[in-house]
Order: sequence, then C-alpha cells, then structure tokens
Amino acid sequence: MLYIVDRRKNPTGKSLGNRQRFMRRAKAQIKKAVESTIRSRGITDISSGDQITIPGKTLKEPGFHHMGRGGNRNYVLPGNKKFVQGDRIARPQGGDSGSGGSQASPDGEGEDEFQFTLTRDEFLDIFFEDLELPDLLKKSLKQTTAFRNARAGFSVEGTPSNLSLVRTMRNSLARRIGLRRPKTAEVRELEEKISALQAKAEKRPNGKLTKTDEDTLHTLLADLEEAKRRMKAIPFIDPIDTRFNQFQQIPDPNTQAVMFCLMDVSGSMSEQMKELAKRFFMLLHLFLHRKYEHVEVVFIRHTSRAAEVDEETFFYSRETGGTIVSTALEEMKKVLVDRYPTDQWNIYAAQASDGDNYSNDGAKCTALLAQDLLPKCQYYAYIEITDEREAEIFAAAEGETALWKSYAPLARDNPRFALKRVTKAADIFPVFRELFAKNRAEAGR
Amino acid sequence: MSSKTKSADKLLFTSADWDFETLKATYDAIEDIALNELKLDVYPNQVEVITSEQMLDAYSSIGMPLMYHHWSFGKRFVRDDVMYRKGYQGLAYEIVINSNPCISYVMEENTIVMQALVIAHAAFGHNHFFKNNYLFKQWTDADGILDYLQFAKSYIAKCEDRYGFDAVERILDAAHALMDQGVNRYSRPEKPNLAAELKRERERAKYEDETYNDLWRTLPQPDQGDQDMDELKRKMRVEERRAQFGLPEENLLYFLEKNAPTLQAWEREILRIVRNIGQYFYPQKQTKMMNEGCACYVHYAIMNSLYDKGLISEGAMMEFIDYHSRVVFQAEYDDQRYSGFNPYALGFAMMQDIHRICVDPTEEDHKWFPDIAGNNEPVETLKEAWAHYRDESFILQFLSPKVMRDMRMFMIDDLSSSPHLEVAAIHDDNGYRKVRRSLARMHDISVREPDMQVVDVDIRGNRQLYIQHTEHEGIRLEKSEAEMTLGYIGQLWGYGVTLQAVDYESGEILHEMNYTPDDLVGN
Repeated sequence: MLYIVDRRKNPTGKSLGNRQRFMRRAKAQIKKAVESTIRSRGITDISSGDQITIPGKTLKEPGFHHMGRGGNRNYVLPGNKKFVQGDRIARPQGGDSGSGGSQASPDGEGEDEFQFTLTRDEFLDIFFEDLELPDLLKKSLKQTTAFRNARAGFSVEGTPSNLSLVRTMRNSLARRIGLRRPKTAEVRELEEKISALQAKAEKRPNGKLTKTDEDTLHTLLADLEEAKRRMKAIPFIDPIDTRFNQFQQIPDPNTQAVMFCLMDVSGSMSEQMKELAKRFFMLLHLFLHRKYEHVEVVFIRHTSRAAEVDEETFFYSRETGGTIVSTALEEMKKVLVDRYPTDQWNIYAAQASDGDNYSNDGAKCTALLAQDLLPKCQYYAYIEITDEREAEIFAAAEGETALWKSYAPLARDNPRFALKRVTKAADIFPVFRELFAKNRAEAGR
Repeated sequence: MSSKTKSADKLLFTSADWDFETLKATYDAIEDIALNELKLDVYPNQVEVITSEQMLDAYSSIGMPLMYHHWSFGKRFVRDDVMYRKGYQGLAYEIVINSNPCISYVMEENTIVMQALVIAHAAFGHNHFFKNNYLFKQWTDADGILDYLQFAKSYIAKCEDRYGFDAVERILDAAHALMDQGVNRYSRPEKPNLAAELKRERERAKYEDETYNDLWRTLPQPDQGDQDMDELKRKMRVEERRAQFGLPEENLLYFLEKNAPTLQAWEREILRIVRNIGQYFYPQKQTKMMNEGCACYVHYAIMNSLYDKGLISEGAMMEFIDYHSRVVFQAEYDDQRYSGFNPYALGFAMMQDIHRICVDPTEEDHKWFPDIAGNNEPVETLKEAWAHYRDESFILQFLSPKVMRDMRMFMIDDLSSSPHLEVAAIHDDNGYRKVRRSLARMHDISVREPDMQVVDVDIRGNRQLYIQHTEHEGIRLEKSEAEMTLGYIGQLWGYGVTLQAVDYESGEILHEMNYTPDDLVGN
C-alpha cells in the first residue's frame, strides 16, 4: 500500500521559469535598484554584488480584502493575564492588534520593500544591459570565444578518422603475441612444407610416401589446421585494441584586450579625484572582463615624467612635479609597440586628468594621439575630473582646461575618441553609459 | 539485562539517519497503529523524498508539484529563498497533497524521527481528514486533481507560446486577484473531470469563430426609452435582465468567464482554470485548524503508541516531543511572536480535550457535552467530528470551557464609535459562550472574506458592470487594493465597472468606486 519514491534526482530548478517571469515583471524596478547600488557602493563590490531591494508596490497581488481596522468588530485573543469583563484598553496605535485577518497595513500602501538576491550573472546582465562597446563589430567574430582543438589523450571510442594507428597496432601486437596467434609467414611455411611433401609423393611410383614422411605430413597438416583455426579465432585487430585520438575544445585566448589606464598624479589631483578616476577604471575593467576572455591592464602615471607602474603605486603613491601629458602618451606608445601588437590585442585606453597641462604640450599630445594612438585603439576615453566647486566656475565662465582645449577638436572628427567631465561619484555611471552607449549618435557628441 | 536487549532488538531505528529500509519498516509500524488501533480510513500513500531545494520549489507554487508558471510564484520563491538561506525561516517538514494516492513530500535532511512524525502527521492524519471530511468530499476530486493540474500547466504553457507571455500574464494577474471570489459557496460544483475538460476545451476551440457572445445579440431593441416606461415595466425589465445573467452572482470569476463580452476563448479557459484551482483550495481554507488538529492528534497518538510498544527509544521520543511542542506552541497576545491563533495549537488542544471529555469527563463536561462526555469512544467521536464539521461549526460545537481557560481566551469589542477597546468577555461562566461565538466567527470564511456580488449589467447602455460589496458592521474594503482589483475586473470585462458598498442593515449605498477602461476615457 505504500510507495516510496525518491525524487531527489529529479531536475531541480523547477521554479526557474517562475523566477524568470518574476524578473521580467520587476525589470524596471530591478534595474533602478541595480543602478543605485552601483552608484552608492564601492566598485569592488560590484562583481559579487547581489542583494537588492525593490519597492513592493508593483509586485503587489491585490484582491478584495477587509481593512485591518475600522467598523465594529470583536475578536478573541489568547493569554489573558489581568483583564476582567468590562475593562477598557487604549486602542493600540500600530494597528496590529491581532484582529483576526490583519491583511494589510492601514495606509493601504501594503507590502514593504521587497528584498531578494540576484545571482552574479543576473546582476551583471542588468548592469550591462544595452551597453555595448563601440567598434565591437569590427572584431566581433573574433571576440566571441573561439575554440581550438587540443589533444587530450586517447579514448576507446571515437570516429574512424580519429583512429590512432600506432596505439591500436601496439595493442593488437601485444594481444597477438600474448594469445600466440600464428604469423602469416609461419602458416605459409607450413603450407610450403606440405606441398613439398605432396609433390614428393607424386614423384614416387606408388604415389605413397615413406612411413616417416607420411607421419611428418600428418603432423604438418594438423599443425596447419591448428594454425588456421587460431588465426580465425584470434583476429588481427580486435575492437579492444582500437584507440582513438581524443580532442578537447579549449577556448582560444585570442579574445584578449589590453586596457591602458593613464592618470595625472601631480599635486593638483586630490585623493578624491583619484578615487573618482579609480572607479571609472574599474568599471571599464569590469566591462572589458566580461567581453573578453583575457584582459590585461597597464597603468601609466605621469607628472612631468611618465612611468608604467603597478596598481598600488598608480593609485596610492604620491608624486610631485609639473604636468606634461605627452610623456604618458609616449610611454603608452612604447608599451604598445613592445608588447601589444594590434593584430592580437584589442586596445582600449582611458585617461583621467584634472585637465592641467604644460602650455606647449597640447599640440604634441594631439599629434601623438591622432597619428600613433587612436588608429590602434578600439576606443580612447578621456575623463576630466573637476572639483564640484571648480565645476561651477567653469560652467559660469565657459572655461576650458588646457587639455580639454587640445582634445576637443580631435573628438569632433574621431568617433573612437570621447571626452567627458566628471565631478562626483554619482556622475561616473551615467558618463560611463554615455561613453559606451549602444548608439553613439543618440548619446550626443 | 535480558529485557533490555530484547527491547533494543525491537527498535525500528537506533541512529538519526534514515535509509529506505528503515523508512519502510517505520511506515509499516505506523500504518499498523493507524489502521488497526485508530482505525483511520485513508487513501493509499505515496511518500516522495525530495531535497530542500525541491521543497522550496514546491513551496512557492502554493504547495502543488505541478503548477503552471506565473511571476507571483517566482516572487514567493525568491523571498523564501532569501529567508531560508539567511536562516530567518525554516522550511516546512512536509507537504501533503489531497489526491488519490495521497502524496506526501518529505525532505531528505529530516532525521528518521522527523520522518516518522511526518508520515504519521501527513500520510495518516491529513490523509484521513482529506478522505472523510464532508467539504473535501463535496468540493474536491482527489482522483482527478493531478491530471487537472497537468492539463492546466500545459494549457497555459501553450497559450504563452501562442499569444505571448504578456497576454497570458495579464489574464492570470486579473484572475489571481479574483481567486477568492471565484468560488461557488452554496451550490455543488461539478467535479473537474479531465476528459470532460478536454472535450469542452476542444469544442471551445472549434467554435472559436462563433464565440461572439450570445448575450449582446439577444439584446432587446431599444424602444421609446426609459422615461416612457412605467415603473412596473422597468422593474420587470431589471428582473428579466438579472434572471438572464443569473444575477446576483457571487462567483465573479465564473460570471466573467461566461459573460465578459470581449474575452477570447482561451482567456475564458484560463479564468476557468484559476477558478477550479481556487475551488480546490476552498475546503482547506475552511478547515485549516481542524485539519491540523486532526493531523497533530494522530501523530501524537501514533508516536506515543510506538514508544509504548518499545519500537522507538527514549531519545527518539524526546526528539519528537521537542518538535511537537514547537509545532503546537501558542504565543500570547502580548508576545512579539503573536500572529493570531496558531491552528496547530488550537486544533491540537481541542482534539486532546475531546479525547479527555470522552474518557475522563468532569462535572462541567457532563453539563456542556452531555452527548459525548464519558462515552469512552474518543477516536470514534473525533472521527465523527472530523467528518462533519468545518472550523467555524466545530468551534461552536466543541470548544470547551477548559480549553478557553487553558488558553486564557478573552474577547475584545472594537467599536468604531468608542475610543477604547473593551473586554467584552473572558474565560469565566459569563463569558464562555460569547468567547466561543466570537472565536467561531473569526474562523468563518464568509465573515473573514468580503461579501462581493455581481448585481447588474447595463446591457442597454454602456455595458457598465455593477458589483456590490455588502458592508457588515461598517467594515470597509482595503481601498487601494480594491481599486487595483477593480481595474483587473475592468480589464476582463472590457467596459466600465462600478463597485458599490452597500450597508447590510439599511441597504443604502455607502460609497462608490468606478473604473473606466483607458480606451473609453474621454468618450
């Protein structure tokens, strides 16, 4: 009468369809929540960032229900301690006096915020939705992960074209020796001996062999029969001998990108400005990392001299001196030539600066960019970080920094070059989006 | 010494872990007690072992293994998932389905004691209740439900393929909002029957072109106009119209399925599916407390019997008592954990109390329950009660002064005219009956859920649909929710809808709410 069924092996994730429908439903809210998460949280949390909170209102499932209070009603509660009939109690303020149903809060807004966990992929998908790098088409075929076959040992199964002859024959030989399968030459030798004896008999007048020859012939015939039987029983190549070459699909790391981070670290850049720059770089890195199998980052900092440094130094060590931007561009050019040939690498560059530059350096920068760097880059983004206070001044005076002045004409002609101003953390994301907006024509500039 | 080894030999299990053999042996021992001592009458059992993740899955689809897809189940899933992973909330130890065979889900990480408890509770307690209670017998079809759910699931999936997620979601959202109003309360519905459903569905599809609703074709030609008609004639017309639509109709979903002028055939079918599922759960809503009380009584009796026979060890018994006392815990009203009466606690207390009244009655019991006090047939008495009552009537009939005293129940009057709450009655001689009546009302679904009816359709005019909420004791509808729900009705109906709140006593219209579809705004 009892059936016990073990369902544990059944496919899990039965409610995946429900989850997807839920995500579809709450998409607008989820996106908003994700964006505010990105804005307020440290960038380092982003790739693991998971829990989000969305307002419960649009996810509400309404119905006809009684209000939690009002009207004339009576109800029973457990746990009386001191009341007797006729006692008066002040009406509780919360409205949760346990009035039987208590289905919704009195103000009618109902459910609170709704909190749940996004998987990393869901989170990033939303984060990157309708973000697309420019000129992606150019190498889009390469960028989708390419696979290459690599040898991965031998297997006992496979297609005939992958048969490994050496392995198979080695096994076959070992087996034949082990089972003492006669060689073809041995059989032939026996046959020759037999026919020699038979010829000998025909030459004799009575057509018969001598007694000894007769015995030999019998033995030979028996041997031949045995040899043939063994040959038949023990195949030359048995299915157990066969070995096939096995191949594995491994992703080919030709989908690689290098990202150059250039930053002015002279005294005029405050810690806060560097922090902003850092966020921008990290966002870019995260994005590239999602698009490419392999992303390398090169950090170049400059004052009046430029040097390639590690990340720690890049962001946190102090340096004093003037500001000559072209030194950084020179350094980038050098690294490019040395290590990152354009046919193997997708090159991206992001430059952050407060806009200061040595007054005679502008033309040199423009030339370097236009002739040497931009043709090799997929994208070159320049973000100018300004103090909020300064920003106001600039806005009023239409003031432009030295670097901006020299870069601006370049950006007009070159779609791969973009420049933006950033003043506070909340600006980063919109700027980032605009820079890499799917359709740059729509995005302005 | 010898007796000790002997008893150890009899034990069904000695460690906390379970395997299929011990599970089977335990089940057999429990079955023996359930059928031969308690003489329960049950559907055949099917016990399914699942993982916690699968439990979470089943959980979010209102406990059904084969539910169609809808975002609201996903919402429940992501919420339960968070709660469970953070440890705010445990998972149910079991889920049981009112079907034939009766399917109980148990989680693999349960200990063997828990599995025994779950089998006793669900596979025999709930199972007996499902098979014998009059509401379940009358309203649900245990043989057909799984097939029907399978049909519903594939039908809705097909609709999604054909008409798109959005169109199906729109209908399902609206239907879910009206699920509580999709129940026939007084007439006996046909049991859903898969073959008949499929046939009807085919016929529907076949006649799809002709599903232009009869309703509008049979309209009387507009004549001179209302002014010229005398009062009597107008009244007769209203009566005629109401008879034509079978008004008033309390089953809003049924009304819309049959009469909404603009719905497609498949949309009607989806309304029907939601309605049938709502109907299936209707008895469960009305018997929650009894059902759990019955299951708790059964598991308690069975586990004790297992222990008395020496089939489970003292340690296992202690573990059981720990689980059991957690399940039947009732927080007091001023406790932070209080969230209404715990149906397990109240149910179990009442069942145990009836048992006590039958076996060991006091003077008071003889006065209150002359029929059953001291009849010495506790299980038979309980089985009678399980078969013929629902929560509300069961409380009215069987809640004894002792239970009221034990739980220290008191009754509050909450009148809108008074600035205070007043203690109307407590657990004393003056109060027992009042408390009991009030508690019964709290378990009465027709009091808990608003009284909604379709009352009229303006077929000669703008096809306005009139829905009436009968307000009892000035208890109003939750306004914002009512507005949204009204919007859903409007979507299904396709024309304007008016919701009128009518006072039960005086019959006067208290307030009104209107919905006008977007495409009609401005006309």
